[in-house]
Amino acid sequence: MKRVSTRTVLVVGLLVVLVLAGFVSYYASSSPDGLNRVAADHGFSSAQEQHRAEQGPFAGYETKGLDDGRLSGGLAGVVGTVVVLVVAGGLTFALRRRRTSDQPRELVDERER
Amino acid sequence: MHVPDGFLDAPTSMATGAVAAAGVAVALRGAKKELDDRTAPLAGLVATFIFATQMLNFPVAAGTSGHLLGGALAAILVGPATGLLCMSVVFLVQCLLFADGGITALGTNIVLMGLVTVVVGWLVFRGLQAVLPKRLSMVAPAAAVGALVSVPVAAFVFVLLYAVGGTVDIPLGSLTAAMVGVHSLIGIGEAVITFLAVGSIVAVRPDLVYGARRVLATRDLEVREVAA
Repeated sequence: MKRVSTRTVLVVGLLVVLVLAGFVSYYASSSPDGLNRVAADHGFSSAQEQHRAEQGPFAGYETKGLDDGRLSGGLAGVVGTVVVLVVAGGLTFALRRRRTSDQPRELVDERER
Repeated sequence: MHVPDGFLDAPTSMATGAVAAAGVAVALRGAKKELDDRTAPLAGLVATFIFATQMLNFPVAAGTSGHLLGGALAAILVGPATGLLCMSVVFLVQCLLFADGGITALGTNIVLMGLVTVVVGWLVFRGLQAVLPKRLSMVAPAAAVGALVSVPVAAFVFVLLYAVGGTVDIPLGSLTAAMVGVHSLIGIGEAVITFLAVGSIVAVRPDLVYGARRVLATRDLEVREVAA
């Protein structure tokens, strides 16, 4: 099995994510999702209240002021990806166990192999 | 399955908010044990993958779509505690930035799509690992089954919450059938995406996959036996 570096996994992974959020998302189904459909069929969709963040610049995965559907949705997807990466990546980075100097390097490598 | 504001009453939303807060608190402690220098960046990547994939609604029946929830996927790739943190970040960003999922329903969404799918996906995965051969090739299929089961269970938990605090009085039998039925179909899509994502990482770097650690540990022992 070919050994791929962690950096390659991360870079390729992030590129895939950006293509999914920025481009492929345009082709997603616009039908209501499972819950919304059931709510409509069973008569409780009327209970839905207006979202308090509905006036935000990216509400509904659309960028305010951009009329082109591809650009509007794609930019929203890319912005969301970056925000999630910063928040989730920052959180997990802060929580991680750091490699301590008293831990023998060989032992760490053994575990990583 | 993002629950908007208004479907559940305030007491129920507050209760799910408390459960979600407790779950996140436990996950913050647990994630410290799961995360190290190598896996922390992967966890950030997994969160973005779940965010992106949740934008990709796929058709499941006439006029109905669904998207990945991702709890099983996250739990198996980065560990259940870290997985729940990743999911919670995604729901928070979706709610505040994209108006997807209600603000008072944030706790409900973290419980349903985060906590339930992480716990169910992880337990099914670990159960299967216990009975299946200890091989790397078994990791992705076991993850897919965990994913498959997690979605209808989350739909069923929504029905339980609706039974307690639903704002519109409707017959619960037909609600259960509809929710579990459509989400069983969505679960198939969830299983396929989980299989592909987990399988891809296992193929190139199994050591980065949290759910593959036990398999690798067993394999290392075997190698040592032969060498001796």
